Amino acid sequence: MHLHKYEKIWLIFGIGSLALFLVVLGFGAFWKGTHPQSHGATIDPENIEAHDAFQSENLGLTKVDEDKYIVNIAASAFNYDMGVDEDGNPVKKITIPKGSTVLFQITTKDVVHGFNVSGTNVNMMVEPGYISRMETVMKKPGEYTVVCNEYCGVGHHLMYATVEVTE
Amino acid sequence: MAIKKTMSIVHITPKQFPITKKEARLYMAFISVAFISLFIGGLMGLLQTLVRSGTITLPWGIDYYQVLTVHGVILALVLTTFFIIGFQFALMGKTVGISMKQRKAAWISFWVMLIGTMMTATMILLGKASVLYTFYAPLQAHPLFYIGLALVIVGSWVAGIVNFRQVYVWKRANPDEKSPLLAFMVTINMIMWIIASLGVAVAVLVQFIPWSLGYAETINVLVSRTLFWYFGHPLVYFWLLPAYMAWYAIIPKIIGGKIFSDSLARLSFILFLFFSIPVGFHHQLTEPGIDPVWKFIQVVLTFMVVIPSLMTAFSLFATFEITGRKKGFGGLFGWFRHLPWKDIRFLAPMLGMLAFIPGGAGGIINASHQMNAVVHNTMWVTGHFHLTVATTVMLTFFGVSYWLIPHLTGRKLTPTMNKLGIIQSIIWIVGMAIMSGSMHIQGLLGGPRRSSYSEYGGTEQAADWLGYQIAQAIGGTILFIGILLMVYIVIKLAFFAPTGKEAFPIAEEEADAKPTPKFMENWKLWIGITVLLILFAYTVPFIDIIQHSPPGSPPFDWPIGNQ
Amino acid sequence: MRQLNDKKINEEQQSQEPNLKGTLISVVLLGLFIIIAWGSIFYIFMDR
Repeated sequence: MHLHKYEKIWLIFGIGSLALFLVVLGFGAFWKGTHPQSHGATIDPENIEAHDAFQSENLGLTKVDEDKYIVNIAASAFNYDMGVDEDGNPVKKITIPKGSTVLFQITTKDVVHGFNVSGTNVNMMVEPGYISRMETVMKKPGEYTVVCNEYCGVGHHLMYATVEVTE
Repeated sequence: MAIKKTMSIVHITPKQFPITKKEARLYMAFISVAFISLFIGGLMGLLQTLVRSGTITLPWGIDYYQVLTVHGVILALVLTTFFIIGFQFALMGKTVGISMKQRKAAWISFWVMLIGTMMTATMILLGKASVLYTFYAPLQAHPLFYIGLALVIVGSWVAGIVNFRQVYVWKRANPDEKSPLLAFMVTINMIMWIIASLGVAVAVLVQFIPWSLGYAETINVLVSRTLFWYFGHPLVYFWLLPAYMAWYAIIPKIIGGKIFSDSLARLSFILFLFFSIPVGFHHQLTEPGIDPVWKFIQVVLTFMVVIPSLMTAFSLFATFEITGRKKGFGGLFGWFRHLPWKDIRFLAPMLGMLAFIPGGAGGIINASHQMNAVVHNTMWVTGHFHLTVATTVMLTFFGVSYWLIPHLTGRKLTPTMNKLGIIQSIIWIVGMAIMSGSMHIQGLLGGPRRSSYSEYGGTEQAADWLGYQIAQAIGGTILFIGILLMVYIVIKLAFFAPTGKEAFPIAEEEADAKPTPKFMENWKLWIGITVLLILFAYTVPFIDIIQHSPPGSPPFDWPIGNQ
Repeated sequence: MRQLNDKKINEEQQSQEPNLKGTLISVVLLGLFIIIAWGSIFYIFMDR
């Protein structure tokens, strides 16, 4: 088999670029810990309350420390359950100060859902039997739309919430 | 050089087989289903963009997701599979021949696939299967939806086995010759298809059908998703490789050139066989239940499958340049300017090739492990595969149809049809640039895919997305006009064009081309390596998934409006 | 005469290795496009 001299140059250049991409990704993933979420933490989808994080009083925003928050969410078709406010109304909006570290923990009671804080890297599949978890620093102030981005049924597009990052 | 050519050994053109009327009817049957699907699926696509831009609401209680299911199933599964199998049968019939027995078996594959398609389509139209073409558990469709899909796959296996038999019979008659390039490529594609579709067949037969019939109470969701994506990525290469067949072995003939390198073309197909399958995790990067190390390993394997495409890019440019220089077009890019841009058999596939540059680059981005979080399940992904399958693959299939359909029906591609084809291709590229371009941008802004019209509580982001959704409706409308024009051209070419002989262009090698090494056809070796790579990529993570399984999921039919 | 000879030699070399300068430039441009596209999305990923 014969390779043209220029084809050799091209393949070295092309494969070299791919290798470079992989080195950058590998460094980020293995040394900096930016792997995509993969905890493998399991839960019984028909009894998610058995897990502390998903008992109704623990849903929604919890401040754990200065600049440190946890958001627990129970997803179901077609709703993100983030607990209730003082008046007993369901929480649809979460407010977090800029620069805080937030751990999102979410699981589903029924079908597969998505969870994307649009415009951030918090983008996870939510599957029955598993807890999806991702920690992030909310760097930029603004209003972020939380959308279910995996088809979950006829009301899929009505499954949303809001995260506001304040100055 | 001229002297050298005449002095070299007389080049033997491989024997080709004339296509009889009975064979032509078989190939046309497959292709007809494909174009009927194009019309129905395209209409659904138009409706989606109109709904999502807030332009219309669907009448008679039709659900957006029902329309979306039809669009995905009929275009991604039905159109592609029927066109590919019809096209591949035509290539095989032409290069290695088809016996009467083989032709009858091929008809069986056609009818099994068609019956399966009808069953699935009926369930979708009755609103009992609005689960989209990925049918993710635990959303549950009617059992006949899954049984129909299983029949489509089984039918395609029959086609693959007939193809293998065709090559085998030819090889026995020509033991000292290498198999024709196109027959070799079809064989690779069908080996890949059968190995890959075993995954989805197991999911459907072992998991979905018993569960939807009520024999199994629960389903293991992650196992079903893993089996689906074990199939789902090679599926996209199953679409792409027939386009590569046309680029490698048909386009050179159309532009008046020769194959750049028979061996390199075969090598790239072998690499596609190796690396198309053990890469499914790159569709599951943001899932909670898979070990990140194994995700990364499959990302590395995914990057390997880029290499044969890099080789292909070089081969194609080289074919164009060598051909142009031989015709006397000098300068650095004279060869490019003088390509037969006005020949639709060239123009449509060429525009497809160019669309694969952003399409391929987007694919590398999608598969980039943690970076996938930027684009996963956003409109970016929809924009991506509308470049790859709906532009690159479709325009190439259109380009093939302009000569294949009249060749099969004993008619001619007239200058008027050629001109209409050029207009069609331009409409397609313009429509797709608008639609896919706005999808990519909306995706980067976080806009979700697979969603009906929604204001998401009136956020500013959602208002931004709407602007791009309107652009998609404009692009989608232009594309639908392109579909109408294409269907018109196909009907003309099949039934009304003047009778005559349209050429079946198959490129040859240079007279002094270096011989292709014998080991290229060591099928056992290639299949062995493929299986080893699959076992390497999947054994450990699959055992891990099963060992750490959560309780299974019962079926959910009410979320899809099916109570 | 010498020029003709040169030309002949040049042509002979070409039959060994065809002139593919345009191809090389095309694929390198393609490679650069991929790198730029990948780099921009990587930038977005890091920025978010």
